Amino acid sequence: MSITSVDTDLDNLTLTLIADFDAPIDRVWELWSDPRKLERWWGPPSYPATFEKHDLTPGGEAMYLMTGPDGDTSRGTWRVTAVDPPTSLEFTDAFADADGTPLADMPSPRVTVQLTERDGGTRMEMRSKFDSREDMEKLVDMGMVEGLRQAVGQMDGLLTG
Amino acid sequence: MCFWVIYNQMVVDVDEPQDQALDELFHALADPTRRDILRRCVAGEPSVSRLAAAYPMSFAAVQKHVAVLERAGLVTKERRGREQLVRTDAGAVDRARRALEELEATWRGRVDRMSDLLAEGTEPKTRNSTTKGTG
Repeated sequence: MSITSVDTDLDNLTLTLIADFDAPIDRVWELWSDPRKLERWWGPPSYPATFEKHDLTPGGEAMYLMTGPDGDTSRGTWRVTAVDPPTSLEFTDAFADADGTPLADMPSPRVTVQLTERDGGTRMEMRSKFDSREDMEKLVDMGMVEGLRQAVGQMDGLLTG
Repeated sequence: MCFWVIYNQMVVDVDEPQDQALDELFHALADPTRRDILRRCVAGEPSVSRLAAAYPMSFAAVQKHVAVLERAGLVTKERRGREQLVRTDAGAVDRARRALEELEATWRGRVDRMSDLLAEGTEPKTRNSTTKGTG
C-alpha cells in the first residue's frame, strides 16, 4: 500500500524507492528525526537498532547498534551531509567499529531522502547509491562469507561433536 | 548497515536444497580438506595450483576436491590466463544484482514498519474503542 515504486539500476548502482504515506509530512519526518521512532523501523525485528547518537545537522553523526537474536552486535554510523527539515536528508551509511569509527574499507552507500506533501499525504523518495560495483559486491560477499562461515562452523560442530 | 537478510537467506539456501543437492552438499562438506578449501575460497579467489601447494597431496587430488565442491554448487572455477581461480559465487553481475535486491528487501521492510508506526498514531485509543475489542 505504501510503496508506489521501486527501481533498481544496476548501471548506476542505485536503488530508488517511492512510498506514499497517509500521514502529514511532519509525522513522516519525525520517523527520521526522532531517534526513538527511528529505531522502531530502521532495523528488522530480528536485528533491532538502538541509536546511541543522533545528530541530524550538516556534518553531524548518528551511531547505532544492532543486536541479533544470538546477542551478536553490529554497529553502523551515519555521516549527515545535508538536512532541511521536514523535507530532505542526505547521509552516508557505513559500518563502524566498536568506537563508532566508520570502517574505511567497507561499502557505505549514500542515502538521499526527499519528503513532499501530496494528495493530503506524504510522498517519500529514497535513493541509495553505492560508490562502486566493488562496494556492492563486497557487501554480498560479506553475507556469503558469514553464511558460509556459519554453515561450515555448524558442520564442524556436528562432525567433531 | 542492515543487510542481515543476506545472512538468513544464505542459511536458508544451505538448509533447504533439493534432496540430491543436499546429499552433494553434505558429501562436499563432510571432508576436512574440502571445508578448508572452502574457507580459503571464501577469503579470496585462490588458484587451483595455490590450493594444491597448501596441502600435502597431489595437484590431481586437490583438483578432485575442488570438483566435488563445484558439483555441490559451493564454488565455481574460472580460467584466468594459465590459472584456474576458484570462487564462491557465480559472477560479479549476479553479486551486484543480488546486492541491490537485498537493499530493496531491506527498504521494503523499513517502509512497511514506517507505515505501521504512522498508522499507530491515527487509530482510536483502545479506551475509546469498543469495536476492536483488544485491550
